[in-house]
Parts: sequence; C-alpha cells; structure tokens
Amino acid sequence: MLLSPALAISAVLFTLGVAGVLLRRNAIVIFMCVELMLNAVNLTFVALAQILGMGGQVFVFFVMAVAAAEAAVGLAIILAVYRHKQSVSLQNMNLLKDG
Amino acid sequence: MTGTTVDLIWLAPALALLGFVLNGALALLRPAAKTLVSVIGAGVLVAAFAVALAVFGAFLGLQPAPEGPLVFRYWSWIPVGTLQVDFAFQVDQLSLVMLLVVTGVGSLIHLFSIGYMKEDPGYARYFAYLNLFVFFMLVLVLGASFPVMFVGWEGVGLCSYLLIGFWFNEEVNANAGRKAFIMNRIGDFGFMVAMFMIFWSTGSLDFDTVFAHAPTALAAGGTTITAITLLLFLGCTGKSAQIPLYTWLPDAMAGPTPVSALIHAATMVTAGVYLVARCNLLFAMAPVSSAVVAGVGALTALFAATIALKQWDIKRVLAYSTVSQLGYMFLGVGTGAVTAGIFHLVTHAFFKALLFLGSGSVIFAMHRAYHHTHAHEDAQDMRNMGGLARYMPWTATVMWIATLAIAGIPPLAGFFSKDEILAAANARGHANPAWLVFWGFGLLAALLTAFYMTRLVLYTFHGPNRTGEKEQAHLHEAPWIMTGPLLVLALLSATGGLLNIPALYHGGAGLEHWLEPITQPSAALLPQVHLSTGAEWLLVGIAVAIAVVGLVGAWRLLRPEGLVPARQAPEERGFQRVLRNKWYVDEIYDALIVRPVVWLSREVLWKQVDQRVIDGAAVNGAARGARALGWANRWLQTGQVGMYVAVFVVGVLLLLWRAMS
Repeated sequence: MLLSPALAISAVLFTLGVAGVLLRRNAIVIFMCVELMLNAVNLTFVALAQILGMGGQVFVFFVMAVAAAEAAVGLAIILAVYRHKQSVSLQNMNLLKDG
Repeated sequence: MTGTTVDLIWLAPALALLGFVLNGALALLRPAAKTLVSVIGAGVLVAAFAVALAVFGAFLGLQPAPEGPLVFRYWSWIPVGTLQVDFAFQVDQLSLVMLLVVTGVGSLIHLFSIGYMKEDPGYARYFAYLNLFVFFMLVLVLGASFPVMFVGWEGVGLCSYLLIGFWFNEEVNANAGRKAFIMNRIGDFGFMVAMFMIFWSTGSLDFDTVFAHAPTALAAGGTTITAITLLLFLGCTGKSAQIPLYTWLPDAMAGPTPVSALIHAATMVTAGVYLVARCNLLFAMAPVSSAVVAGVGALTALFAATIALKQWDIKRVLAYSTVSQLGYMFLGVGTGAVTAGIFHLVTHAFFKALLFLGSGSVIFAMHRAYHHTHAHEDAQDMRNMGGLARYMPWTATVMWIATLAIAGIPPLAGFFSKDEILAAANARGHANPAWLVFWGFGLLAALLTAFYMTRLVLYTFHGPNRTGEKEQAHLHEAPWIMTGPLLVLALLSATGGLLNIPALYHGGAGLEHWLEPITQPSAALLPQVHLSTGAEWLLVGIAVAIAVVGLVGAWRLLRPEGLVPARQAPEERGFQRVLRNKWYVDEIYDALIVRPVVWLSREVLWKQVDQRVIDGAAVNGAARGARALGWANRWLQTGQVGMYVAVFVVGVLLLLWRAMS
C-alpha cells in the first residue's frame, strides 16, 4: 500500500503549485502551476480510490476534461493578452485597479 | 322583496345615475346639444320623482303593514370575516320622506336651472354634476347601513366641491370649493371613527342590526356611546355647517344659485340632521351628546342669524340663514323631537329652495341688465338693487311668501315646524334647565330671522331703485321655466304646515304618526314632559309675537331710501363692522389653525423633517455611507492578481483551520 507516500507527494506538488501561483509573475508559469495543483488533487483521488471505491478514479476523468478545456481557453486568453500588450507578466495587467 | 312597486326603489338612484352618464358623455362629445341635455337632466329627475311617488303609494298600501324597515339587499359589498356589509337600500318612513323631498324639490330646481344656466358654456357639465349629486344623495338617504350611507355622504361632498368650483377659472370659486371639501374632511374623520367604534361594540354596521343590538351591547350614558354619538355629530357639523365647521357654507355661494338652492339649502346640508334622526336611538342613549347636539344647534342658530343681519350679498344672507335654520333642526333632533327636526327639514327645503331660486331670479335679472350696458357691478349686492318689485312682481310675491314662512308667521309652513321645535325645547327644559337656555337662543334667533329676512326683501324689492339709470330699462321677470318652479315652491311653502298640524289646532299630526316607527325606540328613553294646553298657547303666542316684532321692527327701522350703491357705500363702523366681517371667525381660524398648520408644514415638516431627516439623513445618508465604505475598502483593489490569489489562499487556509479545530 503506497497510500501515505502518494498523499505526501500530492501535498508537496499542491504546495509547489500554490507557491508558484503566488510568487511567479509570468502568466504561463502560473498557468502551469495551476495544472500542477489540479494534478496533485488527481493523485489524491486515485490514491484514496483504493480504499474509498472507484468514485475517485471516475472523478479524475472529469478533472482532466475540465483541465483540458481550461488549458485551451486559458492559453487563448494569454495569447490574446500578449498580442495586445506584448507581455505576459501579470504585473502589467491591472486594468481593474481603481483610479 | 315584497312583490309590489316598492321593489322598484333602485330605479330612483339608477335614473339619476343614468342622467349623469348620458349628460357626462354629452358634456365631452356634444356640449352644444343643450335641448337634449335639458330633456335628459330634468327628465330623469321628474321620472325619479314619479318613482318615489309610486313607491310611496305602494308602501302605504302594503298589507300587512311592515313591522320594521324594508331592506333590499343587492349584492355583498364588503365580506371580510365578521364584517359583512351588503350594498343594500332601506325603505322606511324616514327614508321615504327624504326620498320625496330630494326628488321633488330636486325636480323643481332642475327645471329652474334650464332657464338659469341657459347661456352657460358648461351647460352639459352642470347637469351631469347635478344628476350625479342626486344619485349620491339618494344613496345617502336610502342606504341600509353606515358604509352605504357614507358612500352617498362622500359622493354628495364631491359633487358639492365640483359645483361650488363650477366656474373654476376664477380663483375665488376654486378656493371656495377646496374650503368646503377640506372642512368636510374634518367631519368625515369623525364619521369614520364612529363607524369603527360602532362595529367594534355591536359587531355590525347595518342600521337594523346596530339599533337592535345597541341597547344590550352598550351601556346607556356610557363613555362608548357618548364617544360614538359625539363623533357622528362631528361628521354632522361638517356636512350640515354647524359651529365650529360652518364657515365653508357661506363661501359655497360661489357656485351657481340653483346649486346653492339644491345642495347648500334643501338637501345635502340636511344630511347631518337625517343622520341624527336615523340614529335617534343612539343619541337618546347618550344624554351628554344630545345636549351637545341641541346646544350647538341653538348656538349656531343664534350666531349665524347675527351675521346675516349685516351681509349685503343677497346669497350670503340666505347662506347664513341656512346655517341658522340647520341649527334649529339640530336643536329639534338633539332635544329628541325627531319629528319636529325632520318636519323643519322638509318645510325648510321648501321655503329655502324658494328663497334661493327667488334670489337666483333676481341675480339673473340684475346680471342681464348689467350685461346689456356692459357695466361691471356686483349683481348680488343688495345695495345695487331696490324697488325690484316693480320690475319682477312674481318674484317679489313669492319671496314675500317665503319670508313670512321662514319668519314663522301662521299659517305658513315655517310657523308650525319652528314652533314645534321651540315647544319641544321648552318642554325638555322642565326636566333639564339647560334646554331653557337653548329655547331662549332659539327665540332670539327667531327674532333675528324675521328681522334679517325682512331687511333682505325690503332692500331688494322696495324703495328706490339703485341699479342705475340705463340698467332699469333691462330689468324684467325671468322666463316661465324659472317662475314656474317658484310658484310651485311658494305653494308648498304656504301649505307645507299641513303635513303635521299638531293636536293643539285639532290637526292630525300626520308626520308625527307617520314617523312613529322611527322615533318609538328613542321616545321610550327620553323624559316625557307634556305641556298643558294653556302653556302651549302661551308658547305659540310668544313665538308669533316675536316674529311679528322682527318683521315690523325691520320694516319701521330700516330705510331703503338711505342706501347708496355698493361702489359709493361707506365702511361700517363699530359693532356693525364686526357683524359685517362675520365676527372675524375666518380670520380667527386663519390665525389659530391655518397659519400654524402652514407654518408647521413649511418650517418643520418640509424644511426640517423632509429636507433634513428624510432627504438628508435617510436618503443621502445611506448613499454617503455606501460611498464611504467603498472609499475605505478601495485599497483592497490593487489590480494585482497575485495579491487576490494570496488573499484567497489565506482565506481558504483560515476556513480549513476553522473546520479542523
């Protein structure tokens, strides 16, 4: 049973993803970090499915489908922003700031 | 339903309503179709009078004679829980008397109006309003419950407002209409609170149920019944122009003169008397309220008569005279002499309608004379009249008859009714001395009545003419459509006393027996004092002597030769000036009530409460608060996604921590 190591790796991956989202400025890197978090969660689902039934494994497929859709839309948005601003740094994207 | 003609009672108000609908449509679509309007306007009234006569005849012939009122329920109007009000009419002795007076006198006044209003551009509108008034007045007198009566009560108030302000392009007239409406609101408030209290204590608003339950549900002389009757009387002071709410009626003379005759003399203003007579059982159960009714009536009778002494406007004299005579009626019904009050209501409807229509005939002639010569003089000021008997003998004759009738000269109508009220007050005085004071007031008012009415006729019809040299050629009698109704009313004023000739003159006291089913319950509660025949003759003698003194005194004292036209007349001095200015009651009300209310509304309610509290604190304050909150939280919105995510993560961690611990 590799449950504990699997959950530990999942926690590490998720933390890395959160840290990346929080600390990096490059939109593409942040995007990859989000994917990292999703896959950390997928790992947890698969690991726990061993004891809690197959529902977790089914759910992973849903998450992957959503992640794929998100990747398509997200990359398209980043591309559009780059064309507009010649940059993918989040620091330059503050149009919603008051004043 | 009785299966007789009495069932057709709904037809009388329905005809008047039909007249309103048709004339209203004509007023909007074909205002120039005056012949059609006349036929409809007067025709529906005459038809309604015919219905009233038929119903009256059928009611007399009912076998067996009905025990109580005949109630016709048409539909369920307000069914709410225990409050069940049907739209229902009630036919009994009292409502039949009122029905006949309203439709009979109303018909004559409608006919008179055809001549009087002929040249008016608002002819169709006038008849539409007049028909609507008759409809509401019939609902008022036929209604079988307080709410149905109240519908009529408010409706006649509306028509009164519309007709006082009929010539609304002059501001004075529009203001007079508003004054009447607002002062009536004060009274209506009393009426409505009284209705709530009646429902609260007896559980019903139908007349028959209320009167059947009242003796058991309410303690006689108790606070509740006293409050109910006083509040009802507050309604009456508004509608029937008694102290303290009478000031609207003299101003109501701004309307066309036939309107003054119909609404502000013969019918609508007597609604309060009708209400007290209808509720005579309730008033008999509240001795304090009865004393208030009689006292206010007696005081009003005297007070208004003093003002009438020094008015120059012919219609204003009659207006104050109406207030004064209404005071007599309240003295009667407050004394418990319900029959006497209703009797005076009927005879007053005859002779006051005649006086107003006669004055209308005079004003009509004066107006035409001034119109011919393009003079801008006051056609209603008696100082511009004088000697009119030479130009309009018919009008002068009928005005004399009406004057003798109102002054109480036997055997004309007013003598019997007024004498009966005074005798009743005197008799009640033996049980309760307060009524002797009221009787004294009544006698004094009778003296003044004879005086000011003689003054009116003397200044209008006798002495030299002051209208003007050129105008005299154009002064002549009104057309037959106007003098005809005058002659009928003169006949009624002369013979109206026959309705109720008391036993003293070996008469049958017809009205008294007729109204017995109505007055029976209250008569049992009141102290019965029977005057000896000698005392009655003495009272009659005093009353007649006073009337004669008033008449002859005015004839001898007043010198129409000394009058000058209104334009050159000097200002009155001293006490005369006080009377001329109506005891300054309007000014006192203005200073005590109107100005403080306006000041309170403007300075406190508007500038403080509305502008500062509601606009300032509530409305703008809420906006300012939201804005300050936004301003304070603005720093959170940096536009940096990283920052948002950090806050989000911290929030999630906090929630997780809360969930774990």
